[in-house]
Amino acid sequence: MYDAGKIISGIIIFFILVSFPIWISAASGTIGDVPELNLPADEEQCVEDAEWMRANHMDLLIDWRETVVREGVRVYTASDGKEYNMSLTDTCLDCHSPKAEFCDQCHDYVAAVPNCWSCHVDPGGS
Amino acid sequence: METNRRVFLKVAGLATLGFMVTKPALDVFARGQFGEASVGEALDPPHEVGTTTKWGMAVNLTACSEKDGCTACTDACHDYHNVPDIDNKEEEIKWIWTAPYEKVFPEHGNEFIEDDLRGSEVMVLCNHCEHPPCIKVCPTRATWKREDGIVMMDFHRCIGCRYCMAGCPYGARSFNWKDPRPFIKETNPDFPTRTRGVVEKCNFCAKRLSKGLQPACVEACPEKALTFGNLLDDHSELREILATHTIVRRLPELGTEPNVYYYKAD
Repeated sequence: MYDAGKIISGIIIFFILVSFPIWISAASGTIGDVPELNLPADEEQCVEDAEWMRANHMDLLIDWRETVVREGVRVYTASDGKEYNMSLTDTCLDCHSPKAEFCDQCHDYVAAVPNCWSCHVDPGGS
Repeated sequence: METNRRVFLKVAGLATLGFMVTKPALDVFARGQFGEASVGEALDPPHEVGTTTKWGMAVNLTACSEKDGCTACTDACHDYHNVPDIDNKEEEIKWIWTAPYEKVFPEHGNEFIEDDLRGSEVMVLCNHCEHPPCIKVCPTRATWKREDGIVMMDFHRCIGCRYCMAGCPYGARSFNWKDPRPFIKETNPDFPTRTRGVVEKCNFCAKRLSKGLQPACVEACPEKALTFGNLLDDHSELREILATHTIVRRLPELGTEPNVYYYKAD
């Protein structure tokens, strides 16, 4: 093999660079970190089942948005029959404020950047 | 038949050609006519016949004490709706504000008019027109007329093209040329702010109405110069005022049919 030294060291440098995110988080001790959600202490049940909310909250919010703004209907009847005011700031954040301890935890973790907060205001913080 | 490359290519080419010719032709016949919905139909707002609410407002020109420097209604509205206070005519945002009488009612700008009207400041806001030109030009239907008469804005859908601003003959719409948040003194978390590149205007306090409250400006006016109500309710205070005063509306010749009325108290 010609230039074996150059090629092998090149491959090693390449793998070091590619694995940068892994070893940098290993070095800083954050490698096993998972989002820590601050769940409301006095509420057992979210608008819908927590499992369902985890997977579908974005669709629910878009649905609420369309229903409130476009149709002027503000009451949501959950599958358990309970009624909620369809409002991000009044209903969701009533339990989940500040958003930094709830929404941002997962969104930051998976680098999802919803644009809700460019207009909507979190009463519990920025 | 022996299929060699030559035969295969011939058949494939003919099939493609035949499909290209017949498919559009079949589509035309399948529709029966050349297209169904005309553009005009598609742009018309959905309108439900037989609704029982049409919100409107009456402004008492005599009682409004704006000439004494009162800005109670503007403050209440702008505080509630997180309207930024930008001190620059080109970039300012306003939902309810004042303009000189002769500018508000150019057709009344006679050489001789009543002394108390000449040069007086008149409250102006979105007229929530019966035939709003702004909604006809909106390419995303971010603004539309609700069944209760409110010309509503959906900030989520606004792409900031500003056609509506060109369409509105009353200048009732403002554009966010820059991020409004630094210009909001105290943010009301009950109402969202806007973002750069979005048009905004008065929404007749749609959110307060849903809670059974009067619009913020009406509630705040110390002179009770603003009356809000249902124009379809024969016994509303608003209809009472309209029935007993000489009323004017802005630029009636345009046929927009404003739902904001102006009158002079006796």
